[in-house]
Amino acid sequence: MSTRRLVPAQRLAAGPLKPIAAAWSVVRRVLRRPVGWVATGTVAGYIVLAVLAPLLAPYASDATDLAARLAPPGAHHWFGTDALGRDIFSRVLYGARVSLLVGFLTVTITSVFGTLLGAFAGFVRGPFDTVTARFTEILQAFPYLIFAIGMMAFLGPGFWNLIWALSLKGWVEFYRLARGEALAQSETEYVEAARALGQRRVRTLFREMLPNIVPSILVLGTLRIGYFMVLEASLSFLGVGIPPSIPAWGSMVAEGRDVLFIAWWVSTIPGIALLVLVLAINLLGERLQEVLDPHRKVVS
Amino acid sequence: MRLLKILERMLAAIPVALGVAVLAFLFLRFLPGDPVQIMLGDTKVSQQQVTALRHELNLDEPIGSQLVHFFGQLLHGQLGTSIIKDQSVSSLIGGALPATIELTLATVFVALLIALPVGILSALYQGSWLDRVVLSGALLGVSMPSFWFGLLLILLFAVEAHLLPTSGRISPTLLVERHTGFMLIDTLLAGNVRAFVDALKHLVLPALTLGVVFAAVLARVIRSSMIEALHRQYVTTARAKGVRERVVIIKHALRNALIPAVTVAGLQVGELLGGNMIVETIFAWPGVGRLVVNSIFARDYVVVQAAVMLYAITYVGVNLLVDVLYTVLNPRIVL
Repeated sequence: MSTRRLVPAQRLAAGPLKPIAAAWSVVRRVLRRPVGWVATGTVAGYIVLAVLAPLLAPYASDATDLAARLAPPGAHHWFGTDALGRDIFSRVLYGARVSLLVGFLTVTITSVFGTLLGAFAGFVRGPFDTVTARFTEILQAFPYLIFAIGMMAFLGPGFWNLIWALSLKGWVEFYRLARGEALAQSETEYVEAARALGQRRVRTLFREMLPNIVPSILVLGTLRIGYFMVLEASLSFLGVGIPPSIPAWGSMVAEGRDVLFIAWWVSTIPGIALLVLVLAINLLGERLQEVLDPHRKVVS
Repeated sequence: MRLLKILERMLAAIPVALGVAVLAFLFLRFLPGDPVQIMLGDTKVSQQQVTALRHELNLDEPIGSQLVHFFGQLLHGQLGTSIIKDQSVSSLIGGALPATIELTLATVFVALLIALPVGILSALYQGSWLDRVVLSGALLGVSMPSFWFGLLLILLFAVEAHLLPTSGRISPTLLVERHTGFMLIDTLLAGNVRAFVDALKHLVLPALTLGVVFAAVLARVIRSSMIEALHRQYVTTARAKGVRERVVIIKHALRNALIPAVTVAGLQVGELLGGNMIVETIFAWPGVGRLVVNSIFARDYVVVQAAVMLYAITYVGVNLLVDVLYTVLNPRIVL
C-alpha cells in the first residue's frame, strides 16, 4: 500500500494540466491495477452490449412464443424464456439500456445541480446556506426507497417520472459534499490570495474552488450510479418503476417470482446481470477513490 | 454542560420533524392532478361522493387552514382514515408495526452476528487473505439488490432444500392468539413450543435477506474503525503494561471502535426501513412496508402519506438517539 504514489487532488486539478490531460492521467492510473481494468472493462462491455442490443439480440425483446414458454437455457434460448415465451437473453440486453440510462442520467442531473448549489451555499454562507442546509436535512430524513416509492405512486410508472423521482432527493448527497468542501476551502490560502488580489467572487468560485471539488464529486458520482441502478430495479420490481412495456431487469425478476418454483432462470439471470454491473461500478468507484482521494473516504 | 448539548441537539431535531410533516402534507396536495380523482381511479362514483370525499379530506378548504387542520389532527395522534378499508390509519399501522419491529430486530441481530466477528478479525489480520475475502464479500453484499437476494434464498432453502417456509409469519394451520403482535412472544405466551419454532423458521429467510446486506455495510465500518483504534496510543500503552491481548482487543480497542460504528448504523436505518418494504413484499410479511406497498396499489394515499411521514420521523428519532448515545459514550465529543 505504501509504495503507491499518491497524488493530492489539489495538484491534479488546479495544476498546469489541462482538463483533458488530467482526465487522461486519471484513467491511466485507474487502469494501472488489475481491479481497475477489470471493472472498467466490465462497465465498457455492458455499454457496448446495450448500445448494440438491436444488432446482437437474437429475438425482439417483446416477441412472444407461446410454444416455447419457460424453456430452460439452451442452444435456442441462451438464457431460456419467460412465462410468455420471450427470449431472456434478448431482454437482458435491452434491460441494460434502461439500467445504464437511469444510472447515468440521474447521476448527471443530481451531481450538477447538487454540486453547484452546495458549492454556492458553502461559498456565500449566510441565510441562503442555512435555508438550503435545513431543507436537505428534511429531505434526508425520508428513506430513499420510501421517498421514491411515494413519488412514483403519485407520478405513475414511466421512464422520465422515475428519473425525476430519483433526482428530487438524489442531489442532497452531492450538495452536502460540495458544501462541506467549499466551507473548508474558503479558509485556505489560495482562496484568500484570490480574494486579496481582488478577483471577482464568481470567478473565485468557478476557477479556484470548483476544480478542487470535482475529484470527490467524481468518486461519489461513480458510486451513486450503482446505487441508483439498484433503486430503479427495486422500484421496477415492486411495479412502480419502469412501465412493463419496456424490458427492465427489476421487472423481469418480478415476473419470474410467480414461476420461481418451476423455472429458476427467469428471476435469477436478470438479477445476476444487475449484480455484476453494480459490482463493477462500485469497484471502479473505489479504485477512483484510491487514485483521486487517497486520504479520505467519501462514502462509507 | 453535556446535558445542555444533548438538549440543544434535541431541540434542533424539532424543526426537521416539523419540516418532514409539512413535506408529507404537501405530498398529497401539490402533485399533478386532483388527488381525489387519482384515488378514486377508474371506479365509477357520483359527483356527490367526490364532493363528500373531498370534504372528508378537508381538500375543499384553503391550503392554510388545511395545514392547521392537519397539524391539529397530528397533535391528537390522528393520521386520518383509510379510504379503502374504512379503518383509522393509526390502527392499521399499529397493527402492522409489531411485525416490522420483530423483523428489524432479527435483521440487526443477524447483521451483528456476522459483522462483529468478521470486521474484528479482518482488522486484526489486515492485508491477509482473510481480510481480502472479507472486503470482497462486503463489496458484493453492498452491491446486492435485496429483492433478488431474497428470491435466491427462497430458491435455495425453500424450493430446492424444503428447509424453510417461503412466506408469512406462521403456518396458517397454527392458531395463536394475538396479545403483543410479536409472534415470537405470543407463541411463548400461549405456551405453544411448536408454534414458536414455526414462527422462528418463518423469520429466518427475511431476516437473513436484510441482515446479510446490512452486515456488509457494518463489517466495513467495524473493520476500519477497529484498525484505527488498534493504532492508537492507549492500545500500545495497554500492551506495554502487559495486558493480555484478548483484553486489549475487546476492552480497549473494540469499545472505542464501536462508537463510530454505531453512528454509521444509525445513518443506515433509512436503508434498513426501505429494505423492509422490499423484503416484506417478497416474503408476504404483514408489516408496515407491505401495508405501504399494498396501499399504493390500492391508491389509498392517506395511508401512504402517514406511513412515509412515520418512516421519516423514525429516522430522525433514531439518529437523535445515536447522537445522544454518542455523547454519553464519549464525553469528549461536542455535538
